[in-house]
Amino acid sequence: MQNLTANNVGMIYKLPNGGSVEALKDVSFDLERGRILTLLGPSGCGKTTLLNILAGFLAPTSGSVSLSGKEIRGPGQDRGMVFQQGALFEWLSVEKNVGFGPNMNGVPVAQTKKIVDDLLATVGLAGFGDKAVYELSGGMQQRVALARCLANDPEVILMDEPLGALDALTREKMQGLILKLWNETGKTIILVTHSVEEALFLGDRLFVMAPRPGRIEREYELPFAKMGLTANVRELKTSPEFIEKREEILSLIWEMEEEIMGSRGEVL
Amino acid sequence: MAENKTDTENTGANPILVMLGLAQVGTTERKTVTFGDASAITGSRFWSIVSVVVLIALWFVSAAFEWTDSTFLPSPQSTWAKFYEVFQEGYRNVSLWENIWSSLRRVLYGFGLGCLLGIPIGFAMGLSNTLRGIFDPIVEFFRPIPPLAFIPLFILWFGIGEQSKVLLLFFAAFWVMVIAARSGVLSVKLSKVRAAYSLGASKLQILTYVILPNALPEVFIGMRVALGVCWGTLVAAELIAAQEGLGQMIWVAQKFFLTEIVFFGIILIGVIGVIMDLLLRLLERWLIPWRGKG
Ligand SMILES: Nc1ncnc2c1ncn2[C@@H]1O[C@H](COP(=O)(O)OP(=O)(O)O)[C@@H](O)[C@H]1O
Ligand SMILES: [Mg+2]
Repeated sequence: MQNLTANNVGMIYKLPNGGSVEALKDVSFDLERGRILTLLGPSGCGKTTLLNILAGFLAPTSGSVSLSGKEIRGPGQDRGMVFQQGALFEWLSVEKNVGFGPNMNGVPVAQTKKIVDDLLATVGLAGFGDKAVYELSGGMQQRVALARCLANDPEVILMDEPLGALDALTREKMQGLILKLWNETGKTIILVTHSVEEALFLGDRLFVMAPRPGRIEREYELPFAKMGLTANVRELKTSPEFIEKREEILSLIWEMEEEIMGSRGEVL
Repeated sequence: MAENKTDTENTGANPILVMLGLAQVGTTERKTVTFGDASAITGSRFWSIVSVVVLIALWFVSAAFEWTDSTFLPSPQSTWAKFYEVFQEGYRNVSLWENIWSSLRRVLYGFGLGCLLGIPIGFAMGLSNTLRGIFDPIVEFFRPIPPLAFIPLFILWFGIGEQSKVLLLFFAAFWVMVIAARSGVLSVKLSKVRAAYSLGASKLQILTYVILPNALPEVFIGMRVALGVCWGTLVAAELIAAQEGLGQMIWVAQKFFLTEIVFFGIILIGVIGVIMDLLLRLLERWLIPWRGKG
């Protein structure tokens, strides 16, 4: 079994004032190896919490998560993480950042260098190895973050809004890169996003999540990620099938939004 | 393209004016309002030069016209002459170098000890709840006490020798370094630490490869503050009890109305202070080029 599974995961944050927030309730799924799952939902629906539980940074208050049948109890190299921004080590050069994992694990220098050079070429940053990370643009920094994560050859890559801080054009390019890496490496990927279009385009599985308590509201199996590897991206994103799914999900999110607003007695 | 270039050259400010800070360069040149715009207020070098020149000129003029008694305000010439004399022959059998060196040595010992002990303790406080709990009340209590308040106690305990001075300076530097190191550790972004854990780093590796470099900028700011505080405290400490040192020199000179020595002593103390800060700043630029780029 090479699956990433969640069994009735619940997470309740206790607040200092004595109250509590139910960030996740009864979240269960079974993600086969090599799938790319996108998590979509309004902020506060527990996406980051779920990723942190899968990464092993947080222990759920109920239920459990496991990888390949082994329960996840802490951070591990089998699960790499890509953050939105600011998680690179600004005191290290691009190549030292990418080689950080192998370095920590005592991989021989020559071998690390080869891994780093190959990955930099893969993410389109060949020749940028000795640059300082703060000299790079936001998009390039995220390429470094992806390469750094891949250098350790994890089974699963968890990404928390990795493209959230990028401009539209860079974002579209990076989506292509993520699909390419997914295809070439066969990694299992979970990617959190705010963008409906991104969730549809990148996910061959998609969970729409809802808040209070955080939960999976609806699941989709999608064809676009595989098609995106070869098809013209703009054509794909403007195809009737894509637009139909997009509108369906948007209206679902609007419904959820109205429910929340209604229950709080707020007016737009 | 070529036309464009001459265009900017034509509108570009005179380089000499720019160097003097009388004309603005880059975007600032095109700003219509700069009042309240922090990025546009970089200080005009011209006016810095003017202010220094005026200050020195005022000193010359007031001495020349004897606006005040020369015992209170010696002329620049006589101050310089006295400086040269003391530089050549020393003062009361102590050479100027010995005075400077004994002051510097005390500061370096005290400051060095403060760093050596303060940084690890600050780190420990940033890494462990227990240690933070233990040290917090101590640090918070001692930090606001001016170091000079301890002079009587230290003299009582250790006499008026080097020990009590070095300990005093250690005291002045220690709390600053503890707090700088603590806040440096606590400033680390959680996502950096988590990324490192996911990449297989051990706790020790996280400390050495993530937390330590991340804390360096704040530790350096602490060092600059601590060195400044030490230097200031030292001179005051030497006023009270010392056989040699810059503070002692001006204190003794004052008793004999040798105002020239008092004057150049003060100037020397200021110059050395500025040089030490400059050296630390150079070291900082060389050691932590990523400062503020996180
Ligand atoms: N450390 C925390 N302490 C208390 N509440 C938290 C904490 N982290 C998240 N929450 C709450 O849990 C809910 C889910 O948060 P999060 O997982 O960050 O959602 P998302 O990433 O989808 O925006 C939110 O209501 C948030 O306020
Ligand atoms: Mg989030």
